[in-house]
Amino acid sequence: MFKKLTTGIALALTIAAGVAQAAGSEGHVNDHAFSFEGPFGSYDQEQLRRGLKVYTEICSACHGMKFVAIRSLGDEGGPLLSKAEVRAYASEFVEVWDQSLNDGEGDYRAALPADHFPKGGNANAPDLSLMAKARAGFHGPAGTGINQLVKGMGGAEYILSLLTGYTGEEKTSAGVTLYENTAYPGGWISMSPPLYGEDVEFADGHKNDLEHLSEDITAFLMWTAEPKLNDRKRAGLVGVLILGFLTLMLFFANKALWRPIKYKKG
Amino acid sequence: MGGIPHDHYEPKSKAAKAVHSRLPIVGLLYDTLMVPTPKNLNWMWIWGIVLTFCLAMQIITGVVLVMHYTPHVDLAFASIEHIMRDVNGGHMIRYFHMNGASLFFIAVYAHIFRGLYYGSYKAPREITWIIGMIIYLLMMATGFLGYVLPWGQMSFHGTAVITGLFGAIPFIGESLQTWLLGASAVGQPALNRFFSLHYLLPFLIAGLVIVHIWAFHTTGNNNPTGVEVRRGSKAEAEKDTLPFWPYFVVKDLFALGLILTVFMAIIGFMPNYLGHPDNYIEANALVTPAHIVPEWYYLPFYAILRAFTSEVWVVQIASFVTGGIVDAKFFGVLAMFGAIAVMALAPWLDTSTVRSGRYRPMFKWWFGILVADFIFLMWLGARPAAEPYATFSLIGATYWFAYFLVILPLLGVLEKPSTPPATIEDRL
Repeated sequence: MFKKLTTGIALALTIAAGVAQAAGSEGHVNDHAFSFEGPFGSYDQEQLRRGLKVYTEICSACHGMKFVAIRSLGDEGGPLLSKAEVRAYASEFVEVWDQSLNDGEGDYRAALPADHFPKGGNANAPDLSLMAKARAGFHGPAGTGINQLVKGMGGAEYILSLLTGYTGEEKTSAGVTLYENTAYPGGWISMSPPLYGEDVEFADGHKNDLEHLSEDITAFLMWTAEPKLNDRKRAGLVGVLILGFLTLMLFFANKALWRPIKYKKG
Repeated sequence: MGGIPHDHYEPKSKAAKAVHSRLPIVGLLYDTLMVPTPKNLNWMWIWGIVLTFCLAMQIITGVVLVMHYTPHVDLAFASIEHIMRDVNGGHMIRYFHMNGASLFFIAVYAHIFRGLYYGSYKAPREITWIIGMIIYLLMMATGFLGYVLPWGQMSFHGTAVITGLFGAIPFIGESLQTWLLGASAVGQPALNRFFSLHYLLPFLIAGLVIVHIWAFHTTGNNNPTGVEVRRGSKAEAEKDTLPFWPYFVVKDLFALGLILTVFMAIIGFMPNYLGHPDNYIEANALVTPAHIVPEWYYLPFYAILRAFTSEVWVVQIASFVTGGIVDAKFFGVLAMFGAIAVMALAPWLDTSTVRSGRYRPMFKWWFGILVADFIFLMWLGARPAAEPYATFSLIGATYWFAYFLVILPLLGVLEKPSTPPATIEDRL
């Protein structure tokens, strides 16, 4: 009976995750193998640096990242820029409002590493700090969440599929131009295609076609959403090993303790 | 503690005697730890320890989180991100707390269904059962209040939906909802008081847990045979029992270790699996998420809530008889709370003379269906409110009520149970 119950609990758990989103006009999201997936996955520092460049030159025109501190670009597990690079990067944002300047009247100044990424230029463009965790690429089947168990939540895959999912079709609806996108729920998105390929040049000559640029910016946005991922996976692994060992010890202790009792009954 | 005869604490040194005669606290701890426990407890009796651990873990991680959290509508979401990014180890502490709630509910459901199968709710353990049900209700309340605090989209709109349920109560509903929220809509007053209550309720739970343990230490544990421990003499009782320490402590710790290993893997490798992506979007009253879904542990009862629409004839009759006072929404609310109430009444609805489901051939099947029904309802709770899910929910909800209100009372009369062993020792 309780085998059934245990299976039931396992099933219930997977269903629980499938809560995510229900049916409807879901977009099509492809699975993709990122370096940070799986128990042993971690961020690729070079990729994060390329992604930062894509963000700076393309995305930041419209989008902001208000929860991400510029100083965190120098953190372990991230793009790991040097202190000088972080300062230089911050100073590129020349217009940050500071209320304390000018005797409390406020004034603009260049950003400092302690500041967060500024708002983007388009008020309708959503903040990208947490985008990779605020979307799920996979659901189902039938709301059971098994797909997420197998492929992961799919927030990164959603962003990648969205960036590469433009068909080139456009339409105008109530004065707004909409672009057809195979990954976007409903199929029509108001964001014009941000990347076409070769939009950004890398100093090391790394490939900059649409696929590669999209993958790099996606990895970067996963990092902005979950900057402690490397630490977390390491802690998880160490935790599992220690607890697993402890459990094994307790298993033998329990067996030894109960042996005389069970032996007597035989 | 009354009940099963066993050795009690005897202070030996002069100092120990002096303390014992003034405050017998060592004796209390000794008796609690050495309580005679049926030898034949199986692996479904480990959930109590898991639950105690969860409560402690949630309180400890929660106290630390509160040191860095800001209960303000403009700052709450950012303060969570501050915890996730800037606080030393904050991301791990928060993931422990977040997933700890899920572990807590997995354990409580296993614990409840164990009680339902082995008849742990039956005399003389009704009070233990009722206290347990109150703890479960408080857990649901605490979980809900806590989910509001990150002030994400699902926090905000989920709160609007759930407090809206109170608004469905006739006559006083609207005033009650306003009183609960401290305003006509979810906002700063609601966030502040939910934060306060989320901090308070776990301590009420801790108090009730002590009463829960006190109650079943008085009656003695139930066990898989459902046969009572013999308590004519200490020698007789010792044939059926072993002291809790070390036998069950070590066994329970082994089980806890295994469960925590899996738990650690979930936190390390997929900490957001049981959460909802929408809660990583800051609350915005003007944008409603496409599907508002409660956390997984509420889904079965959420499905029951939604099952009773105005098209269901029972609802129509209720509406007609009460002159429209009981409408579909209020009926749903009654059904949801009723689903837990009938479970709490199980001690008086179950008429069988045999306690354990192990010796009840027909009961086994109906119980199996109940477990399947629970999982089915959990799945339905996450589906959109449309056909065929609405009809399925109604079937699932009907079975839930039928099990407690019809099947349990009738089985005692119709079923011919097999004979349980005379004593626990016989079964060993």
